[in-house]
Amino acid sequence: MNFELNEEQTLLAETIRRFVATHYSFDARAKIIASPSGHSGDVWAAMAEMGLLGLPFAEAHGGFSGATVDVMLVMEAIGEGLLVEPYLATVGLGGRFVARAGTPAQQDRVLPALIQGKHTLAFAHTEAGARYDLRQVGLRARRAGDGWVLDGDKRMVLHGSSADTLVVSARTAGGETEAAGISLFLVPRAAAGVSVKDVRTLDNLRAADVRFTGVRVGADALLGGEGDGYPVLEEVVDYATALLCAEAVGAIRYANDATLEYLKTRRQFGVPIGSFQALQHRMVDLMISYEQARSMTYLVCVKIDTADAAERRRVVSAAKIKVADACRHVSQESVQLHGGMGMTEELKISHTFRRLTMLAQTFGDAEHHLERFAAADR
Amino acid sequence: MDLNYSPEETAFRDEVRGWLDHNLPADLRDKVLEYRELSKDDLVRWHKILAAKGWVAPDWPVEWGGTGWNVVQRYIFEEECGYAGTPPLVAFGLRMCAPVLFRFGTDAQKQRFLPAIYSGEEVWCQGYSEPGSGSDLASLKTRAIRQNGHFVVTGQKIWTTLAHYADWIFCLVRTDPSTDKRQDGISFLLIDMKTPGITVRPIHLMDGGHEVNEVFFDDVRVPAENLVHEEGKGWTVAKYLLGYERMGTGRIGVSKRELLRVKQVAAQARKDGRPLLEDPRFRDRLSRVEVELMALEITNLRFLDQLRRGGKPPGAEVSLLKIKGTEIQQALTELMMQAAGPFAQAFRPIDADPAFDRFTAALAPRYCNLRKTTIYAGSNEIQRNIISKLTLGL
Repeated sequence: MNFELNEEQTLLAETIRRFVATHYSFDARAKIIASPSGHSGDVWAAMAEMGLLGLPFAEAHGGFSGATVDVMLVMEAIGEGLLVEPYLATVGLGGRFVARAGTPAQQDRVLPALIQGKHTLAFAHTEAGARYDLRQVGLRARRAGDGWVLDGDKRMVLHGSSADTLVVSARTAGGETEAAGISLFLVPRAAAGVSVKDVRTLDNLRAADVRFTGVRVGADALLGGEGDGYPVLEEVVDYATALLCAEAVGAIRYANDATLEYLKTRRQFGVPIGSFQALQHRMVDLMISYEQARSMTYLVCVKIDTADAAERRRVVSAAKIKVADACRHVSQESVQLHGGMGMTEELKISHTFRRLTMLAQTFGDAEHHLERFAAADR
Repeated sequence: MDLNYSPEETAFRDEVRGWLDHNLPADLRDKVLEYRELSKDDLVRWHKILAAKGWVAPDWPVEWGGTGWNVVQRYIFEEECGYAGTPPLVAFGLRMCAPVLFRFGTDAQKQRFLPAIYSGEEVWCQGYSEPGSGSDLASLKTRAIRQNGHFVVTGQKIWTTLAHYADWIFCLVRTDPSTDKRQDGISFLLIDMKTPGITVRPIHLMDGGHEVNEVFFDDVRVPAENLVHEEGKGWTVAKYLLGYERMGTGRIGVSKRELLRVKQVAAQARKDGRPLLEDPRFRDRLSRVEVELMALEITNLRFLDQLRRGGKPPGAEVSLLKIKGTEIQQALTELMMQAAGPFAQAFRPIDADPAFDRFTAALAPRYCNLRKTTIYAGSNEIQRNIISKLTLGL
């Protein structure tokens, strides 16, 4: 039992926090959001340069074979700085799929370029009506000659319009909500028949609705076995959920720091408003939410690689329940305690509110995970 | 970072679990698990079993009988005791008076009091709260006047837990009513409960039990050598003690045990022909408490790990554990009552009916009784004040 970060991890955490502080100011971020792509090539290149893109991947591909706790530290800093770069989509989802299910040839094709910052990925999975049920896949893939043809629609694909490659879940057998019969494909976003409609999310990330119309891919596009993509799909989404918890902890830390600072500096009735007990106790509860969310994030990031799938589900859902509740609590209270200023576009706290609101929902809200948590107990 | 127990820690857990299996008397365990009131004899019997094993005061210095366990081992031990259903150890001597004596006591005081605390020969209670001094402890009025080698104590304490079992009481008393800062006139005295002039009167609580008392002091003569630290420095002692008082209030092992029992009860109870445990509304409430408990356990271990590495005495972080731990304990009693449904309303049989379901009947009283947890040892509002001041700097 030991919660200590090792020397390299401490250094990594310092490096990325310093990078975010110097290169990702609130103003710099505003410019990135307003740019056509919605993210920054320079920042991405710098993240590659710092080795952040290769952290969890094998040394054979140019990575560092790091622990999930290493990636957790990056995600915390991303959350604190409200980065809009496609790190989770590329490293946490797309890259993880390739690393877990890819053939050596697929890994050689994707991972070295990903690690060098030259190749981004996105996970095209959610469909209309599926909500958070990972089994619901209606997009069809049928064999055609040596390869496959994909037809169907995906919604809210995080960073889908800028990704070089989409990891697409498709049904090759079975009914629309069955776990069996789901297959995964690597599809170039530029492939003929892929059309992308970009949308801006509430928190200024980009997400895309993607239509696949007779999209032809080769046999080497199939990622993992035909029809048995579901276990790896669930595992990768659990992994990304753990990382997302870390992102939330970073954003919560920022919200709490800013709110505490505001309570100490904002004066009314001739005194700092932080001298009022009604506000002090609420600030204490925010601090407790943060500590509890941090604890669950440590737990899930340490346990995520367990071979016991039931235990993994239980811990991931427990963490997401706690973190989603903390996201709601902290986002709502931080705006309330900032008063009218908390509502404004010009304060980072309102952007943190929006990010936390999204994080609470992404990969399943608290209610979804309460259901899953109970199911994992049986 | 490694959140798994090391092989040594796992071996330690097995050792503790195995020993408890063989040495916790079944009648005591049953009483605890049925939430029955424990007599002084019950409490002292378990204390002496642990003392004989050498495990009664793990956090004491080794030369005084401490086990030398690190904080994680101590946590494992407490958790295992909670799981197993051991009677609680009375904290006032072992975990409150003793740390004060180690820090502030004279050699004579240590020699006089510590061995009897360790052995269980002398049971202690705590004389802090007064009718007008609850959360505002420094306003206390019990007066001690120095006369010919004695302090003469007059006044009243209230909410004195286990005063009716206690052989000794440690008290905060006012030795100087004239100081500018009222904290400065307070002293810390050790008082023999058999001294003439002491009257203990029970306070009956809504659960039908007797735990707390009023203690009256009427010209009680206390030898001056029973003053701890300097006269007028009692507040320093009290503050030192506060962190220790809250230390054990998280009760994570007990809550883990009770969570399992709620699940068992809810699996038996039926709603529309299905186990209540599968009812989504009930299950969601239960799951949220379970997740809170998981988070609290990790938070607790994180703090212990910091203590181990930093070697600091417990600070404001203990207040967080108290707030969350007590909220969880209360939520579990509520869930347990909800699971039992209308049968939880039964309280006591009118005739001595051997078939009377003691366990179910104890749920409502327990629900009532555990309301105390967010009030005692510094109410949870006071804990928030402490965090606000010490951790947040507000």
